[in-house]
Amino acid sequence: MKNALGREIPEKIGGVAEVKAFAGAFKTSPSMSRRAPKVKSVRPTDSKMVDNLADVFAKIPVKDGMTLSFHHHFRNGDGVVNMVLATAAKLGLKNLKVALSSVFPVHEPLIEHAKNGVVTALDTNYMSGPVAEAVSRGLFDTPVVMRTHGGRGRAIECGQLQIDVAFIAAPAADEYGNINGVEGPAACGSLGYAFPDAQYADYVVAVTDYMVEYPLSPVSIPQTRVDYVVKVDCVGDPNGIVSGTTRITTDPVGLKIAEHTAKVIQAAGLIKNGFSFQTGAGGASLATAAFVRKMMEKDDITGSFALGGITGYMVEMLEKGLFKKLMDVQGFDLEAIHSIATNPNHLEIGADFYASPFNAGCAVNRLDVVILGATEIDTDFNVNVVTGSDGVIMGGSGGHADAAAGAKVTIIVANLLRGRLPIIVDKVLTVTTPGETIDVLVTERGIAINPRRTDLKEKLLAAGLPVKDIIDLKELAEQIAGVPKQIKTGEKIVAVVEYRDGTIIDVVRQVEI
Amino acid sequence: MDLKLRRSMLFVPGNNPAMLQDGGVFGADSIILDLEDAVAPTEKDAARFLIAHALRTVDYGCSEKVVRINPLDTFAAQDIKAIVPCRPDAILVPKVESVADIHAAVKMIAAAELPNQTPVKIIALLETPRGIIEAYNIAMADPRVVALALGAEDYTAGLGAIRTKEGTEIFTARTIVVNAAAAADVQSIDTPYTDANDDEGVLVDTKFAKHLGFKGKLAINPRQIEIIHTVFNPTISDIDWAQQVIHAIGKAQAEGSGVASLNGKMVDLPIVNRAKRILHLAQLLGLIEEAK
Amino acid sequence: MANLIKTAQAGTLESSDIMITVAPGSQGSGVVIELQSIVMAQYGDDIRLTLEKTVAQQDCTDIYIKALDRGALDCTIRARILTALSRAGAVLKEGIL
Repeated sequence: MKNALGREIPEKIGGVAEVKAFAGAFKTSPSMSRRAPKVKSVRPTDSKMVDNLADVFAKIPVKDGMTLSFHHHFRNGDGVVNMVLATAAKLGLKNLKVALSSVFPVHEPLIEHAKNGVVTALDTNYMSGPVAEAVSRGLFDTPVVMRTHGGRGRAIECGQLQIDVAFIAAPAADEYGNINGVEGPAACGSLGYAFPDAQYADYVVAVTDYMVEYPLSPVSIPQTRVDYVVKVDCVGDPNGIVSGTTRITTDPVGLKIAEHTAKVIQAAGLIKNGFSFQTGAGGASLATAAFVRKMMEKDDITGSFALGGITGYMVEMLEKGLFKKLMDVQGFDLEAIHSIATNPNHLEIGADFYASPFNAGCAVNRLDVVILGATEIDTDFNVNVVTGSDGVIMGGSGGHADAAAGAKVTIIVANLLRGRLPIIVDKVLTVTTPGETIDVLVTERGIAINPRRTDLKEKLLAAGLPVKDIIDLKELAEQIAGVPKQIKTGEKIVAVVEYRDGTIIDVVRQVEI
Repeated sequence: MDLKLRRSMLFVPGNNPAMLQDGGVFGADSIILDLEDAVAPTEKDAARFLIAHALRTVDYGCSEKVVRINPLDTFAAQDIKAIVPCRPDAILVPKVESVADIHAAVKMIAAAELPNQTPVKIIALLETPRGIIEAYNIAMADPRVVALALGAEDYTAGLGAIRTKEGTEIFTARTIVVNAAAAADVQSIDTPYTDANDDEGVLVDTKFAKHLGFKGKLAINPRQIEIIHTVFNPTISDIDWAQQVIHAIGKAQAEGSGVASLNGKMVDLPIVNRAKRILHLAQLLGLIEEAK
Repeated sequence: MANLIKTAQAGTLESSDIMITVAPGSQGSGVVIELQSIVMAQYGDDIRLTLEKTVAQQDCTDIYIKALDRGALDCTIRARILTALSRAGAVLKEGIL
């Protein structure tokens, strides 16, 4: 069947109970109740401490075919996923589903587990590294389900992603299972992506290397939802968990794009008191924050909040009074961790609070502006952040589709040519975020505006910005670089791309080996 | 004076394909594709090929295409032979010291030009004490010479002085270049500010250059361009003043009076010329419409 | 006929550049191109064509070309192969760039 973007979606997809085709960014409404986990009781004399992971597996007990879930707050420094899956493999378990909110190069052992049948299904919002490549080349028989950050929260709450056991990597925990992300050698800041897992999994296991005296405080994940606590030697590598101080790019082309983006935001009339903002953690995205900051300082503007993945740069803006609050679903560096631990105006929020479309209102709905990237964008403004131009999976929506839907103005920042490749194509290889939620594309050679936004076009033209038709920009790129050949993909579907509302917006097919 | 706007002239290394193809993106008035300091001696040949092809295929938009060749006593001859037929707008000749240097360059350029090619202009880069002494003669040496530029790094080395951000050591050289260029009715272009990370420093240095009478500034990093432009652009009050001057002149002419005055001061020819330059610049920049 | 005297190299592995090594081919071996590129699927054919055309324009017939491409534009590819040919001792035709 074809979905609303003309993408071919199979009627049946292995591992997906009911295939609903994407119908529009706001066209699908919920029709279910939240799915609740089993109620348990713990007697006063019971202990939650378990000696090791194998014992936890025995106690639950973990069986073939179960769904195990993990958060990705440790990024490429994570140690817990590999430890848990190694335990599962050793115990001879098979056909497990892994629901890991983002997959990084450190998770390479997953490939072996897949080949050995230990893990036969994967549910994630973002993939990079060897696992992503292996998936693209057909590692799993069942397609990987790729969701958005908000969509994963929704799927867990609404029962489409039922978690048997949530293994929560806990930077700090007490013996009764209270967890936070701000203490311990593996401190990572916000634990927001683990909140839905903690609330709705049938069993919740805290895996920590740093025990504190009861009661731990502050509490991010409460003891009332944690069944077992396991202390291990090391949950993750701090060097992989946090970057040093995040630096703004010095690349002149990136800076030019960032400067123009800030001018777009200004011309749109958004830089005024109460302004709210979300941006990426590096490259032109973060550089845009620097230019916006200058504009805010010049006109003495106080913003209401900054949202999303938080870096030291955003912390600085909070501390200097440029924003009143930070709403943090993921911390990237030491400054972010320190701030969330000490500043009451730096709030920890869960993935559902951040971006789920099926609740009484998520944070992205309150955004004025979001700055996002893209690997490809087509002339209908559909954006691809899942596959590279070679067809190999190298990302995923993460919060992309969520923020784009919620924000008043969604801006994509990108070089018109990446290496030699034009970023504008006739049709993106994989749709992650639908064009109706994308408003502006800023490149170093011109700015394209979604035709739906006649209001923005007027304002940007009046401000003297280099507005061009997206088709003209595409032709300019092709004039410079030549017209690229389309890459060929195979037939087998290796991943389905789920939009935040649970509908299928596109599929990823196998790349030729 | 050549009417081409040269507020900013951005150096781009000639051996770097990525920068050559992106050079037009930064909105500099001139792009200087560099065969000299940015290119190692073993790569001069490669840079020649890259620049030749870039000149022919890259769209530099409104930026003037300038090539800085190697000094006349090293590879200038090969550079000119390879580059001139690719139709650069101007050649920046480094370490010019005499009228003879200009004549030598003109001879090679003329020999390399194609039959229907617009004559390539020359910008003389003065980087030595002798070049400063000969500034006026150099500017007058040939109609192709449209500007004098100052290269302070080599110049201060030639003086045996230390180059500083404040620039006291190059003060005289700067005023000499401005004066010589003005006397010869060519443009004067100031030396680059070499700390690319010091935005405040670029601003101060560029303001001083404008104050001295320079018409533009060499830039070594795209970040500097917008700062340089804001300094050299006429302000609203500049434009207002200039329009008032022109109005006063018109009024005086209409009344048959020989002398115009504005706010109690006499408006004589130098003031009128300055007002006209400001309005012309404002027009080029789209700050005002076609002057009536 | 532009004959190569020896092996020579031009270009770098930096982004947007192409590193080209040329060597004289044995009599009748033709133009042999070994190409690696980060954009092989999208531009591999274009790159080969540009190399072949440029070499043909210079009347080079027996030549071995190894190219490691990092997303170079046509003008860069042409500049690099001409530099390599020149460094290899080929006498290039003037006026054709």
